[in-house]
Amino acid sequence: MTEPLDFWSMLFVFVLASFIGVGVVRRVSRLLHTPLMSITNAISAIAVVGSIIVTGADYPRGIRIMGAIALFASMTNIVSGFLITDRMLKMFKSERRPGADGGS
Amino acid sequence: MSHGIVQLAYLVATVLFIFALHWMNTPDTARKAVYSGVVAMSIAIIATWAQPEVVHHGWIVLAIIAGFVVGVPLSRVPLTAVPQRTALSHAFGGLAAGLVGTAKYYLWASEGPENLTAFRMVAIIVEVLLGYLTFTGSLMAAGKLQEIKWIPQRPVTYPMQNLTNLGLLVVALLAGTALVLHPAAAWGPALFPVIIALALVFGVLLIIPIGGADMPTVIAILNSYAGLSAVAMGFVLDNKLLITAGALDGSSGLILAIIMCRAMNRSFTNVLFGAFGQAKQVTAGGDQKAYKSETIEGGAQVLEQANLVVIVPGYGMAVAQAQHKVRELYDQLKKRGVTVKFAIHPVAGRMPGHMNVLLAEANIPYTDLVEMDEINPEMPQCDVALVVGANDVVNPAARTDKNSPIFGMPIIDADRARTVFAIKRSKNPGFAGIDNELYFSEKTWMLFGDAKNVVGDLVKQLSGGGVH
Repeated sequence: MTEPLDFWSMLFVFVLASFIGVGVVRRVSRLLHTPLMSITNAISAIAVVGSIIVTGADYPRGIRIMGAIALFASMTNIVSGFLITDRMLKMFKSERRPGADGGS
Repeated sequence: MSHGIVQLAYLVATVLFIFALHWMNTPDTARKAVYSGVVAMSIAIIATWAQPEVVHHGWIVLAIIAGFVVGVPLSRVPLTAVPQRTALSHAFGGLAAGLVGTAKYYLWASEGPENLTAFRMVAIIVEVLLGYLTFTGSLMAAGKLQEIKWIPQRPVTYPMQNLTNLGLLVVALLAGTALVLHPAAAWGPALFPVIIALALVFGVLLIIPIGGADMPTVIAILNSYAGLSAVAMGFVLDNKLLITAGALDGSSGLILAIIMCRAMNRSFTNVLFGAFGQAKQVTAGGDQKAYKSETIEGGAQVLEQANLVVIVPGYGMAVAQAQHKVRELYDQLKKRGVTVKFAIHPVAGRMPGHMNVLLAEANIPYTDLVEMDEINPEMPQCDVALVVGANDVVNPAARTDKNSPIFGMPIIDADRARTVFAIKRSKNPGFAGIDNELYFSEKTWMLFGDAKNVVGDLVKQLSGGGVH
């Protein structure tokens, strides 16, 4: 059985990735915490990878229906997550745009 | 596509995701983060789809199209609604993890019980529990934030609440343990839905005792759970990309939750099990202190003669839709050579960083949005602190009154400014405002009225139009 090895290597990956995550996220500007949350929403929709397999493989119909719903949910997060992050980031400017004066 | 190429693609995607988070460290590079994330996600999707075991394509195409149809409108919500959109996306993330875990379990239970090793079973149980509880918990949080009528806004508490929740969790874990010990048992597929149901109920029960003030923390915690459920999916599917991307999301949510907790001087357990926010009893009674109010003309005059004005915005500003008027005031003062800064408390707004986004939308340069720790040393030099729709985050009781529910919470030192103007909707005491000593301080002057109108009138006064 190779299983214990797989388990341990996956655990290593998880712990190391968590440390990288903490290291990188701690340096994120506080100004951008809301966009940070939307972009990580999109990134954690990486569940799309599992959903594609479950939806597209030669599995029983019921299983594939669950996969398709999961795929839809993940894809919604990817699309709305990246789009809204970009929309918010476009608003952050260090100077007033010339000509963009007044809201009226 | 061969195994090696797929793994290579996943590795590239992982690196790009890490760069994406790295580039979020300043607003200058942040848009690159989005491109990097999109490229990484596209690589991951194509590499997965191209694997030989994916033989049916119709449903995949349909689900992706449906994702676009729902996702695009969800990305166009007003910025005040971003917290609920975020909660909703945590719900979707949790649902996806729960469903994939469920699908894999039933697949292996019927077609390959030898795949259901104890280790895989643990991973499935964790994935399913986290996934479904994040699903219903986040839906509840989204409902509370959206102020849907039949979802109580106030924290709902009942006797032995924590015990009930804990009991439920223990039952779910026991059922899970039974499955881990006997993964291929004939009763397994019958027990599995019980675990799902318990997780769904647990998610609801976890959120109903939590009040509005704690939503920023709760959203961050649910963010972390959504990431961890993706990690568990990675363990189930033997997929390192899922593990790394999920871990990035999980740690991000955790850090944000810690920052939120610190900003309120509370602990995790206190947020989750403390039912904060409903204990605030009306402390009115004895001494009815008097407000001093200021006219628009007088207020404008003081503002105009100041060197440094610090505006302290709270969620009330967004509720009154006053941010664009605030921007006009900012412009008017800048034109007169007044330095204007915004003091941003970490929990101002309804999710981490919310106030910055709302002000950036109103076209205020981010260089003038200053976080609490940086603005506080400047407050004694500040001529006027203008409080717009904020309350708790400027309440000196957090420093002095041990009996106050917010005692110990770091605040913006508005009371250390030379003069304080606070915009307040009505003179009527007895609302939340009664708790705030700042309003009765000798250097505080109240500007009564709707935030949008008051700031608008100040702008008119400054631009020479006068108030009619």
